Amino acid sequence: MRVTRRGFTALGAAAIGSAGLGVRPARSTEVKLTFYYPIAVGGPITKIVDGYAKRFAELHPGIMIEPVYTGSYQDTMTKTLTALKGGNPPHLAVLLAVDTFTLYDEDAIVPFDELVQSEADRAWMKSFYPAFLENGAIDGKTWGIPFQRSTPVLYWNKEAFAEAGLDPERPPATWDEQVEFAKKLTKRDSAGNVTQYGIQIPSSGFPYWLFQGLVIQNGGQLMNAAGNEVYFDTPEVVEALQYQVDLARKHGAMAPGIIEWGTTPKDFFERRTAMMWTTTGNLTNVRNNAPFPFGVAMLPAKKRRGAPTGGGNLFIFKRATPAERQAAFTFVRWLTSPEMAADWGIATGYVATSPAAWETPAMKKYVAEFPPATVARDQLQYAKAELSTHENQRVTKVFNDGLQAALTLAKSPAQAMKDAQAEAMRILAPYR
Amino acid sequence: MDRRIQAVYGWLLALPACVLLAAFTHWPAVASLIDSFWSTPRGRRPAQFVGFEHYRRMLADDPIFLQVVWNNFLYALVTVPAAIGLALLMALLVNERIRARGLVRLAYFTPTVLPMVAAANIWLFFYTPGYGLLNQILSAFGLPDTNFLGSRDTALWSVMVVTIWKEAGFFMIFYLAALQAIPPVLEEAARLEGASHLVYLRRVALPLLMPTTLFVLVNALIGAFRVVDHVVAMTQGGPDNASALLLFYIYETAFRFWDTGYASALTVVLLLVLGGISIAQVRLLDRRIHYR
Repeated sequence: MRVTRRGFTALGAAAIGSAGLGVRPARSTEVKLTFYYPIAVGGPITKIVDGYAKRFAELHPGIMIEPVYTGSYQDTMTKTLTALKGGNPPHLAVLLAVDTFTLYDEDAIVPFDELVQSEADRAWMKSFYPAFLENGAIDGKTWGIPFQRSTPVLYWNKEAFAEAGLDPERPPATWDEQVEFAKKLTKRDSAGNVTQYGIQIPSSGFPYWLFQGLVIQNGGQLMNAAGNEVYFDTPEVVEALQYQVDLARKHGAMAPGIIEWGTTPKDFFERRTAMMWTTTGNLTNVRNNAPFPFGVAMLPAKKRRGAPTGGGNLFIFKRATPAERQAAFTFVRWLTSPEMAADWGIATGYVATSPAAWETPAMKKYVAEFPPATVARDQLQYAKAELSTHENQRVTKVFNDGLQAALTLAKSPAQAMKDAQAEAMRILAPYR
Repeated sequence: MDRRIQAVYGWLLALPACVLLAAFTHWPAVASLIDSFWSTPRGRRPAQFVGFEHYRRMLADDPIFLQVVWNNFLYALVTVPAAIGLALLMALLVNERIRARGLVRLAYFTPTVLPMVAAANIWLFFYTPGYGLLNQILSAFGLPDTNFLGSRDTALWSVMVVTIWKEAGFFMIFYLAALQAIPPVLEEAARLEGASHLVYLRRVALPLLMPTTLFVLVNALIGAFRVVDHVVAMTQGGPDNASALLLFYIYETAFRFWDTGYASALTVVLLLVLGGISIAQVRLLDRRIHYR
């Protein structure tokens, strides 16, 4: 099973989902809400979401949620914006947390600050891990509530560690150890060709995400909170890029060129790489498919530990009537309650979004059975907001192009970052 | 009276096609042209008239545009002749009395039946570093592992190979039909005159195939600017736009960046390119083609 963070999904699950969408007769008092959601991990997600809608309907007879599976994150964003321009957006949707600026600039969404009423509501808004709220905040208001969130972690092959004479229970904790271990783990055949690389940090599609982990570890950050300035050409970023380039080119411990995100877990299973960086969303995939004992660890530190957050937030759309907005708010409030957040995290592998969720009995039982599930949670205290700006897709693309130019040796890291910085600041000029 | 009813009848028959063409081809083209002179509207700022700003930006401020145009030009220049040449060779081969002719024809045609995305996914596996088919073959000969889709030098070429592989079988069908339409008396006459097989090919068969070649050429060239499914599935235009094509860039601009104004301007350029190709080909090649 190939799992991507924001990519392709099981068609089978979609089929089950559409079959499960029964038509119920609407009562006159009922508020009917359309809920767009993407799928970016394996598993019967549509079934779970339909089940949630049903449970919610039993608890709140006046509100009917109609979940609509809308493909990948990218597809969901495309469908939402198209529907918005056609004057018929959904009432609420799960979209990438980094698309908050885009939705804000389209004047499409309402801040949750306008929807909270009671003290309990206000407390609820503060109940999430702060790192997960960062990407949803603009102008001091909260526009997105964390729902299916993730963060990258390091997976390692314990068998390969033992073969290389390393302690199989101790993952690299620093950048230097990471290089040292990776070099020891790299195996060559008699002709000098590599049969097993030490590490793989994927760089296809959205290389910025994993790379941002290196930047944060090096004490830097890629953008400001207002989303109108980027810091691509700072020494912290250039050094981090040099480190990633060197892993392949200088130390020979990682495959040169662009490493495909989608096939990286498979490379790990095939023992082509002894360590990999990928999302926590792959946890269940690795658990089911790795033919050897494996470990999950926080990303190694340079000046500090660090990782970006990732994944999707819940958004409520402006076009809905006040009654519909309040109904949508009630649903969001219920869906992100500790019990539901725990349930969703266990079912999917996403990181449960609030500390309270980790204190629920169900979650405690799950963690006792499968301790690696806590690694991502424990890493959250070091996590920072994912790269997100105005004109987000375009700025991110400029940055990705720069990273790939450096990784393929078309430009030096300093030059690539300087060019990306100039272009990104030009794009962001109207927002300053 | 009778004639007028006939005219109305004729127009009514043509109406569905006219409506569809106007709604889905002509109007979008005109709308793109109009939109290309306006900035992209956002929820918080409406569209403004910007004149030729988008076109100026394309030529002066957008290195990616220049790169995708160059990529696309190279892509067409390589894939079109290669696919046509291969198609002709395959057609000549399966037109002969060879063993298992039906099977060979079927094998050649199979890639055409596959959807482009499916074909791209098969090739994605061929190209995978390490345990992919091509790299397993390379390593059997002791050659180093190559990251076909992840290197700037090979990404576009790898995409081209998929196109050639996929298109050749389709064009072969046209050539095969055209070859079978050539009266056998021509070949017999050539033989009697003492012409060799090669001379017959060059002097008789190929000229008679020219209308087919024109048709295939127009289709192949338009296809080279129109089909990007495999780019989406295989490389996403990467690394660093090394394998991005014009239409892929338009899609990206329109549906990822939501810069619809600029995307309209890019679309107008694509329309001009396609229109230009068709006109040039029909004008230039028509003179050298032998219709019966």
